[in-house]
Amino acid sequence: MQQYETVIILTPLLSDDAAKEVIAKFRSILTDNGAEIVHEDNWGLKKLAYPIEKKTTGYYHLTEFKAPGELISKLEVEYKRDERVMRFLTVALDKHAVAYNAKKHSGAFLKKAKPETSNEEVAG
Amino acid sequence: MAREQIQYVTAPKVEDTRKKYCRFKKNGIKYIDYKDANFLLKFINDQGKVLPRRLTGTSLKFQRKVAQAVKRARHIGILPYVTDSLK
Repeated sequence: MQQYETVIILTPLLSDDAAKEVIAKFRSILTDNGAEIVHEDNWGLKKLAYPIEKKTTGYYHLTEFKAPGELISKLEVEYKRDERVMRFLTVALDKHAVAYNAKKHSGAFLKKAKPETSNEEVAG
Repeated sequence: MAREQIQYVTAPKVEDTRKKYCRFKKNGIKYIDYKDANFLLKFINDQGKVLPRRLTGTSLKFQRKVAQAVKRARHIGILPYVTDSLK
């Protein structure tokens, strides 16, 4: 089962529980079709770099999951169908990305707040 | 004495002497996270455009990863497509 990561941006007009309900809806789509959710991250309301659908802020949500390949097209059709989702991006993760995300969740980058960059892995 | 009076017609080409290196190979970074905006800011100029390899010195393999990460970040509204004063 390939590992994927999907970021969705919901319209800021939603109330908090409406946003949670949309997220729950997509989570159920995933779990019903045999996907296994590895990690979920809620960035909440964030300012957009440019207006999307005439709105300057968006409600971000990130989901990392393992799923069979054909589920992705079904998931994206659901995204397109739901008009509360302004924008989405689904990315397949290779082994380096999976290792990076695992390190990030275990908080490996938080301790040493490197001056240069946060995700710098100094080798050796 | 005469040497000071020499005015160059065109600016003398000052050689950028420091050795450029690919920071990804040197630091052993394998994955460039498209969600990490302040890391990607190092690779775009103040108009939001991706910096060329000759300035950043990154290797071709990682320049493609950087460009793809920047384009993904632009798609989900983390980085602007074009702006005038980013930094």
